[in-house]
Amino acid sequence: MESIKTLNKKRSGPVLFSEYKQGEGVKKALEMGRENILFELKGSGLKGRGGAGFPTATKWMLSAASNSDKKFIVCNADEGEPGTFKDRVLLLEYPELVFEGMIIAGYTIGAKNGILYLRGEYEYMLKSLEDYLELLRKDNLLGINILGKKDFNFDINIRLGSGAYVCGEETALIESLEGYRGEPRNRPPYPVNTGYLGHPTVVNNVETLASVPHILIKGGDWFRKHGTDKSTGSKLFSVSGDCEKPGVYELSWGTSINELLELVEAKNTKAVQVGGASGTCLPKSQFHRVLGYEDVATGGSIMIFNESRNMLKVLKNFMKFFVEESCGQCTPCRIGNTKLLEAVEKIENDDFTFLYINNLKELGRTMQVASKCGLGQSSPNSFISILENFKDEIFGSKGKGRKNG
Amino acid sequence: MLVLEKNALSEEIESLVNQFGKDRSALLQILQAIQRKHKHISDFAQQEVARMMDIHPVEVNSVISFYSFLYSEPKGRNIVRLCQTISCDMLGKEKIEEAVQRELGITFGQTTKDKRITLEYTNCLGMCDQGPAMLVNEKVYTKLDPETAINILNSIK
Repeated sequence: MESIKTLNKKRSGPVLFSEYKQGEGVKKALEMGRENILFELKGSGLKGRGGAGFPTATKWMLSAASNSDKKFIVCNADEGEPGTFKDRVLLLEYPELVFEGMIIAGYTIGAKNGILYLRGEYEYMLKSLEDYLELLRKDNLLGINILGKKDFNFDINIRLGSGAYVCGEETALIESLEGYRGEPRNRPPYPVNTGYLGHPTVVNNVETLASVPHILIKGGDWFRKHGTDKSTGSKLFSVSGDCEKPGVYELSWGTSINELLELVEAKNTKAVQVGGASGTCLPKSQFHRVLGYEDVATGGSIMIFNESRNMLKVLKNFMKFFVEESCGQCTPCRIGNTKLLEAVEKIENDDFTFLYINNLKELGRTMQVASKCGLGQSSPNSFISILENFKDEIFGSKGKGRKNG
Repeated sequence: MLVLEKNALSEEIESLVNQFGKDRSALLQILQAIQRKHKHISDFAQQEVARMMDIHPVEVNSVISFYSFLYSEPKGRNIVRLCQTISCDMLGKEKIEEAVQRELGITFGQTTKDKRITLEYTNCLGMCDQGPAMLVNEKVYTKLDPETAINILNSIK
């Protein structure tokens, strides 16, 4: 098992995996002052790395502008999307980036408390992360009058999740922190005004926060040099499935699927699922498409399937996942996912009509607009994309997806 | 449950409430601490938590029923969770599944008679590049093959 102490940092990449000295980011931030931080961040074009892609500077500005005696910074480390493990690497190998990102966020919006919401499955990291926080306290990067800055007090504590995928949704995460069932809230109000315990709260993904120290040190323009116009900077991709070199890769946005497949030495690739179970499944004919907010947006999960894989089985695995993880609060998601799973089972047993399948695709599109949160809005993506992009395999005369096929 | 045991549990919960606070936002942490030690949160424990935190027992129960790592029914001393997500599946999860069930003589969702192990499935453990993966209590094991998986299970008490 990996642990912080024994790991040598052998990774390299354009932004996150580039050189960094502990404490640099916070020091620079305190010299720059709040407005310049926001200015630099806006200039960088950094967007939320969890998948939704909300501009980080806007989020920070909104909560910096809210009037409240208490504000919170929450780091969303509830990485649960199937096929995603970039946050594991960041937390184990680059905790300084994540925590310093939180400290800088705290300074910028005027928060005194930071919370790292760590998924229950990652409890094995808890000890080493706590130890690391202790080191930061010793170095006065946490605590009172941080690095001599008068009246800048900030500390971080770690709270564990308990095995609920939906808690990665920011309002569900806040509910969970408050000691309730992790059921998403109606938005608005947004957490930037009314978040944890009713106070303004910034919820950022681990990777988003980890990018901040680099941006402050090297500048927004430098960050912009990587990536494309609309998707600035780089992204961590968690690559798994049928390839020679699975793992976490830092690549500039705008990399094509083909380039990525070559890099990880994938052969005979039939399909690439981009964005995890809630993402889309691309067939060979679309491998020229590029990763970025303007084309194929993703939180970083890339799962590769070669010619030998049965796509209907893949889809069944995804739909079972959503049936289990739907919080059950809203009907489109609770019933919808069950119906979609039922359809996959019927296709498997060769017991369906095309009218029925089309109706269910329609149901999927209804779920995309009618569900309360991102879970139900995105769970039909793989159902629709797999049935449409792999219809020859599933419904064709050689349909190996079916029992009697 | 014996009166003595009940008293001990009450005292334990009281100290947890003192440690984490009476505020509702401490509820999950308190339940996690009870779960860690007792491997489940009994009806009595739920009532005690509710009484000391001044909330309705149904509220406590509803939180437990929501999170897949919290249980209201007794489980084994060790909870083993095998990742069932597609990446681990493609790397040979089924072989581990079969071997483990055969070795322990139980299926997933069950507990061994000696209360040593409860087998469960779980969703993505974030080890997709190193599957198949499983959690034994909070510890993660990766790149399993049937033999190493069995050896790990045999080594826990």
